[in-house]
Amino acid sequence: MSGQRTSSIRLPGLSILLVLASALVMGMLVLLPLFEVFRGAFEKGIGPYLAAVREPDALSAIRLTLLVAAIAVPLNAAFGVAAAWCIAKFEFRGKSALLTMIDLPFSMSPVVSGLVWVLLFGAQGWFGTWLIDHDVKIIFATTGLVLATILVTFPFVARELIPLMQDQGADEESAALTLGASGFTTFFRITLPNIRWALLYGVLLCNARAMGEFGAVSVVSGHIRGLTTTLPLHVEVLYNDYDFVGAFATASLLASLGLITLVLKTGLEWRHAGELSANRRH
Amino acid sequence: MTHSHITRRGLVGAGAALGAAAATAPLLAGQAFAEDKSLTLLNVSYDPTRELYKEINAAYAAYWKGKTGQVIRIDQSHGGSGKQARSVIDGLQADVVTLALAADIDEISARAKLLPANWQSRLPNNSTPYTSTIVFLVRKGNPWKIKDWPDLVKPGVGVITANPKTSGGARWAYLAAYSYGLKTGGPAAAKDYITKLFKNVPVLDTGARGSTTTFAQRRIGDVLLSWENEAYLTIDEFGPNFDIIYPSSSILAEPPVALVDKNVDRHKTRTLAEGYLNFLYSPLAQDIIAKHHFRPRNAVAAAKYTANFKQIPLVTVDDTFGGWKKAQATHFADGGLFDQIYKPT
Repeated sequence: MSGQRTSSIRLPGLSILLVLASALVMGMLVLLPLFEVFRGAFEKGIGPYLAAVREPDALSAIRLTLLVAAIAVPLNAAFGVAAAWCIAKFEFRGKSALLTMIDLPFSMSPVVSGLVWVLLFGAQGWFGTWLIDHDVKIIFATTGLVLATILVTFPFVARELIPLMQDQGADEESAALTLGASGFTTFFRITLPNIRWALLYGVLLCNARAMGEFGAVSVVSGHIRGLTTTLPLHVEVLYNDYDFVGAFATASLLASLGLITLVLKTGLEWRHAGELSANRRH
Repeated sequence: MTHSHITRRGLVGAGAALGAAAATAPLLAGQAFAEDKSLTLLNVSYDPTRELYKEINAAYAAYWKGKTGQVIRIDQSHGGSGKQARSVIDGLQADVVTLALAADIDEISARAKLLPANWQSRLPNNSTPYTSTIVFLVRKGNPWKIKDWPDLVKPGVGVITANPKTSGGARWAYLAAYSYGLKTGGPAAAKDYITKLFKNVPVLDTGARGSTTTFAQRRIGDVLLSWENEAYLTIDEFGPNFDIIYPSSSILAEPPVALVDKNVDRHKTRTLAEGYLNFLYSPLAQDIIAKHHFRPRNAVAAAKYTANFKQIPLVTVDDTFGGWKKAQATHFADGGLFDQIYKPT
């Protein structure tokens, strides 16, 4: 692995310029806005900041965001493992179609990912009348937020695992089966340990997106404050209420989540590079 | 071969189990959060009423507790009036809607059949517990010397308003401007005026609140076509960096309220919701309404606060535009006059 790192081409002079230019662009586009978020959050001091994040609507937005992620992320982790296992270890018809389907949420606008649920489960949608008659609330309720989040985040785990599992091949599993292990034993003793760090990596990215998603959940939320507003939606509500400290304080929670994700992600890449998929190793 | 056959079967089983779990878990989660709905109201409203209803809801909850001993909760949802109506049509469980204009509630009645077509005759004053109008908000000192409608179409003046397709306030502002045009020389002059006006609009937000933020916080544009109440609120929130200009004439904006019959019957909240709407006409609520710079409808309250509101000639939708149904079809429907005159640059 270390041999690869020294093999980069050297560009004397030009390289310094390029590094400076990219540092400048990064500073302008990433660091400056990030700094602004925290500056806005603490503009009136620590007291108003704490008051803003402890306010009942903010707490309920935090609870709702955690709940949505707690449902969506494990489901997508399970789905991702199942899909990656299918795709990496077996040959079957329609495999490339399945791969394309998994990538679909990456290539379509999150607004569409929200709107499809309105078209299906909204009052004027396919199942709308039946749902209303049976008093089942999906759109403009927690369920709709979870569905929209699942749709937007489902490629993350699968996409992380597929290249790694294809790399690893099915030899170890075949050996286990030859020695008489059952399907489930093989999965839990061989497959899962082999992919655990890559799985964690995928879950991390999936979680960050699940908690930060705005477009898809905005369509299905109904914006009932304290009830169906997740953290990103709560930021918008507060901003439109002229509560700029509150908006930036809430935004700073999301920014902190992003920073924590970044640290964990970097840590994983550093310590378990060999066990992450090929495209993450360097 | 045999082994791979066995695992494939195991795999399919495991996959099916996971799929089933994925499909049912969100539904179960939704069920777990059901609660006693009969003591909860959802008021789906438009943009500039956030602060108003926060205070009215607290007052009504206190009133209801005093009367019945029950503790109630009133949830709020705010956004562009047209967008909010669309959400209710799509199933947002509003017990009451308090929108910017009658046409949006007509849509809910026509498309989703959630309330009868004659909803507007069920409460006093065309179901509008308060009125408002459209005024100009300019930057302190009025650097562009904007006094009346003709000043808005001068070259170089940046006019901020929201998108009439999604915002109720923007529709009132558009009609106010159009009615000025009518006075100068009939429909042709009005079309000419409104075309020139929208040439000076650099950005259209989806709701009134969005365009206020564009003007006041992001400092874009020279004049904001604003709800009267929103103009005062802006000064309350952002300090005295702005002046309110009353044009020579404007429009009588009537934001109506309505009970969503099908939803209250389903939630068993009819009594609570009817009480809420009637409460809006009570002296207590009318005081709160006036405090938030909306014009109270109740005669006693209107007289009490008359000094707070500048009296200018106001045209009405019914007299000048033949009612909201006609105004909506002529000006704001797909291919209507607004679509003809507004070309984003």
